Amino acid sequence: MSEKLKTTNGGVGSFLLRIVRQQIFIPIAALLILVLFNLIMDPSFFKITLSTNSAGNPVFSGYLITILDNASELAILAIGMTLVTASSGGQDISVGSAIAIAGSVLLRVLCGTNSRPEVLQAPIIVAFLACCFVAMLFGGFNGILVAYFRIQPMVATLILYTAGRSIAAWINNNELPIISDPTFGYYGNFIPGIPVPTPIFIALACMIIIALVLKFTNLGLYAQAAGINAHSSRLNGINPEVIKLISYMILGICVGVAGFIKVTRFSTINYSVVAKDIEMDAILAVALGGNALSGGKFNMGASIFGAYVIQFLTTTLYKLNVTSTALPAYKAIVVIVLVVLSAPTVRAKLSVLWKKIAPKKDVKEASADAA
Amino acid sequence: MQPKENAPRLKQNRVGMSDTNLLLLITIVVFFVMYTCAVVFLKSGFLKPQTFFNILNENAALIILSCGMSIVMISGGIDISVGTLTALVCMSCAVHLDHNGGNVVTAACLALAIGLAFGVVQGYLVAYLEIQPFIVTLAGMFFAKGMTTIVNATQFNVANEQFQALKSTRIYVPGMGSVTKKGIYVPAYIEIGVIVALVIVVVLFIVLRRSKLGRGFYAVGGNAQSANMLGINVKRTKFLSHIICSLLAGIGGFVYFMHVGSGSPSHASGAEMNAIASSIIGGTMLTGGVGNIVGTFFGVLSLSTIKNIVSSLGLDEAWWTNITVAAMICIFLLIQSIVLSRKNSKKS
Amino acid sequence: MQEGIVLEMRGICKFFPGVKALQNVDLTLREGEIHALMGENGAGKSTLIKVLTGVYQKDEGQIMLKGIPGAVSIRSPQDAQNQGISTVYQEISLCPNLTVAENMYIGRGRGAVSWKKMNADASKLLDSLGIPAKANQQLDSCSIAVQQMIAIARAVDMECKVLILDEPTSSLDEHEVEKLFKLMRDLKAKGVAILFVTHFLDQVYEVSDRITVLRDGQLVGEYAVQDLPRLQLVSKMLGKELDDLSSIKNPEDEISAGRKDEPLLEVQQLHSTAGIKPFDFYIDKGEVNGFTGLLGSGRSECVRAIYGADRVLGGTVTMNGKKIRISKPIDAMRNGISYLPEDRKRDGIVGDLSVRENIILALQVMKGFFRPFSRAQAEKFADEYIKLLDIKTSSSDTPIKSLSGGNQQKVILARWLLTNPVYLILDEPTRGIDIGTKVEIQKLVLKLAAEGKSVTFISSETDEMLRTCSRLVVMRDRKVVGELSGKELTQNNIMATIAGGEA
Repeated sequence: MSEKLKTTNGGVGSFLLRIVRQQIFIPIAALLILVLFNLIMDPSFFKITLSTNSAGNPVFSGYLITILDNASELAILAIGMTLVTASSGGQDISVGSAIAIAGSVLLRVLCGTNSRPEVLQAPIIVAFLACCFVAMLFGGFNGILVAYFRIQPMVATLILYTAGRSIAAWINNNELPIISDPTFGYYGNFIPGIPVPTPIFIALACMIIIALVLKFTNLGLYAQAAGINAHSSRLNGINPEVIKLISYMILGICVGVAGFIKVTRFSTINYSVVAKDIEMDAILAVALGGNALSGGKFNMGASIFGAYVIQFLTTTLYKLNVTSTALPAYKAIVVIVLVVLSAPTVRAKLSVLWKKIAPKKDVKEASADAA
Repeated sequence: MQPKENAPRLKQNRVGMSDTNLLLLITIVVFFVMYTCAVVFLKSGFLKPQTFFNILNENAALIILSCGMSIVMISGGIDISVGTLTALVCMSCAVHLDHNGGNVVTAACLALAIGLAFGVVQGYLVAYLEIQPFIVTLAGMFFAKGMTTIVNATQFNVANEQFQALKSTRIYVPGMGSVTKKGIYVPAYIEIGVIVALVIVVVLFIVLRRSKLGRGFYAVGGNAQSANMLGINVKRTKFLSHIICSLLAGIGGFVYFMHVGSGSPSHASGAEMNAIASSIIGGTMLTGGVGNIVGTFFGVLSLSTIKNIVSSLGLDEAWWTNITVAAMICIFLLIQSIVLSRKNSKKS
Repeated sequence: MQEGIVLEMRGICKFFPGVKALQNVDLTLREGEIHALMGENGAGKSTLIKVLTGVYQKDEGQIMLKGIPGAVSIRSPQDAQNQGISTVYQEISLCPNLTVAENMYIGRGRGAVSWKKMNADASKLLDSLGIPAKANQQLDSCSIAVQQMIAIARAVDMECKVLILDEPTSSLDEHEVEKLFKLMRDLKAKGVAILFVTHFLDQVYEVSDRITVLRDGQLVGEYAVQDLPRLQLVSKMLGKELDDLSSIKNPEDEISAGRKDEPLLEVQQLHSTAGIKPFDFYIDKGEVNGFTGLLGSGRSECVRAIYGADRVLGGTVTMNGKKIRISKPIDAMRNGISYLPEDRKRDGIVGDLSVRENIILALQVMKGFFRPFSRAQAEKFADEYIKLLDIKTSSSDTPIKSLSGGNQQKVILARWLLTNPVYLILDEPTRGIDIGTKVEIQKLVLKLAAEGKSVTFISSETDEMLRTCSRLVVMRDRKVVGELSGKELTQNNIMATIAGGEA
């Protein structure tokens, strides 16, 4: 009898355990905690209203829309960062600086030599492609250092992290071009008549593209294989170096798109603050998605989801009147808690602890863990 | 019999120039070549002793930070929190002195305590929980950055008299000086921070060369597994390397504070990158196990000399310094990568 | 304890989950002797050493040391060192970036160090042992052999009574080995008991006084070296008595015999960075042949060179009469060559990926980057081979690392069978897997040959090779020393060729 009871208990416990072990569980749990917190603090957090903006267009507004809107760049970066993490077991810390470069290139192409152009010097699409291309080249530079010179990713990308914002300033002779053409602003704000911010659509497009790429090429399989076991991938005909290089270049393209959104939001750029500290958030998104920062298997959806959770956290903190400069301190605590919980040594200790408690009160423990 | 045995020995020694010495040599040569070029081509005061001493005055804190960074890097880790930690120390000391009515001694203790606290937490996470040092110190960096603004969000100058006296203390260097256009002899001076920095350089040089702990850093960074087999406590050694680094960041923060005399969230921004760059230029290998404090010292000097050259060339826009610094890191990283791959290919 | 005995291990047992790694093993070391510990892969040599050095704890048995009454317990490597048992591992466990003297003295004793005294002591010791190195020289400026000797010097200076040398000669050239042997003999004269583990037969007979042979975790026996001719040693290691060997006859022999005009694949003077002497080799269509030799004889390195897994330094490869160039694995794959690697963990499985992904990996790579298999197609392949090879896995989604060794091996086998190769190289496909699976794999090999595929089969177990191969290339000390086929193919002949010299 007692034995039978135990097995049912074990069944429920292991079921809960299985849910807990699902990769997407971590960001969802984090999101639920945040939602719950906001519901208790102020239910109006979730209100969405349709109003008219200064240009006379109907737009949706509300915290949720802000979150979706502001998380666009982060979600796009999370795509590239996930691939880089998977294939090279390290992270690119230069994405913020690279966004400054990409944005600067964009403005340079659009403005030519005049920093206050009456008319755009090039079609926006050309400028956009140029900015993505340059960002891809810089990604390739990082990739070569990592793949062929075998420098640790974070250190290799330190170079661009240091120089990036200066290169960005140099591209435009340290001037701050302003685009007055209203159509340029459509991409970062609203297209007249559509009440949803445009960046949301751009992010969505990027997600669809990466989903298609992962479906119709072997990028995912190769990147994971190269990240998990480079020796055995080589014996199976994969070239791990090329895969690493490609993933850094893809991150470069993501940086280009994110830079495009950043610049179109304000139709100008401030080299020293644009996308400041976004690398931290992008890495956090990957970690929050339950992906090992040491590389290997990845879950793209979870990473992207993680990006939105982080933006949710940021917006919540803002709402609690935390100033933007103090924000890093709170996020740092979240990072530390995350990495400590996912550290192998800690996990080993926890699982020993789990085994000690589990036979007695399976269910309780599992649910406690889930909370 | 004997000459036969001697011959290969000699050859071995000649080939056996260690990586530490080779990289150190490169750094020192680079520094002197650069300074000589500056003296010859720019003439804008590089020959004046005070120009050189000003490099020291401005970079005393960076020298201290870089020493700590080198120790962490020699033991195979990295610490990118030192820059914002410096800012946090400055701000905390400033608030302590002006708003809370503290004195200089307690402010110095506060600086040390902050450094120690960061060192203990980061060291524990890295050494005993085996989390990647980069992630841990990245979090530390952001934590310190946020805390600085939580302590006080805006810049302000410290008015405390005791501190002002300390700040403006000048130590004149005998026999060095220059004559101004008006014919007045101005003796060259250094600040207190420079003395602190030099003492730290000398002490750490001896520690790394001669003490068991110092050699332990090299052993752990060179090959942690072997070090363990040789009976070295690897975890404790890593832990200590982070404590020393953060403690030095605390001291460096105070020295920086004495130089600028204010608290600001933007103080020492990017100092961690400069410290890493100085260490790399000074011949510390990122892979661990190779490095030299004297090299790091020259690394800082090279870095600031190049910045001075850039600004005297009239390219004083901030971007050029950053780009040259990044280019220098890049070049020295590539040198290291090549040295390393050559060594590996020699082995196999 | 008897006079002159330094260390005695009695009835040592060590169990791992599901495996009896050591059963009732005895080992006796006497003062001033060099004692060789011999055995094939999996015989329990390294387990025994690890028990002796405190890396593992024994489950049963006793260890007795000279001068200590009663049994001792050895809890850690540090503990072993303190009790006078020092080990020098195959991979040098010194710090390359420290000086010679530091490597000899760091991590020992307490209190402040006097650098002068340390260097002086080190110089004296190096001189007395005749090691050509300076105390203040950086370790990695010394040759590997000298580093090896410095590791020994460190052990000697710690007043060890027992010195364990775990494959110390595997990365040394002949000249360096000579130097090492001289040092070993000097130490022996000083009364140190040396336990020498190696897979080079010549070296055993050159320096050892006694040999202990292990097989399958059990003691075969302890012999004085002059009482055990090479051939007998080999037969004891492989576990075959000389006389009853000839009874095993290969029924497949006649079928696959008969040389065709043109081999499927022929290599000439091939050599690679892995340090094998240039070798010639060919395989016919539908033939099963093999490389044999003791562990470390270079058999894996040969097939790795054919597959392009190590960087090839020279030689030609001809396939179906046409010269081909194989510089990296993908070239070999495109030519229909498959390679199941020896080290499954390092080179074979992609641990975190699922069984399905592991199965389709090679075929997917050959098909191309832009043409991934659909999920349904991949599942079909995976299910087909899971069934065909009877792979025990809860689903094709299970990560391969959670499977047992035998099933992992089958997955890797499935991966290559799926590519439908014309030439399949199987390097130790049966290592560390259960008997049932072993037989299945052997049957599969013969079936593939019957279908016209060529297979090169490498195994540590000779009877397995005899059962499957029609021709064997015999290797010793990284070169090919003979080839046996047809009627010559007997245990006796193989062992005689492996042993070489005056068997």
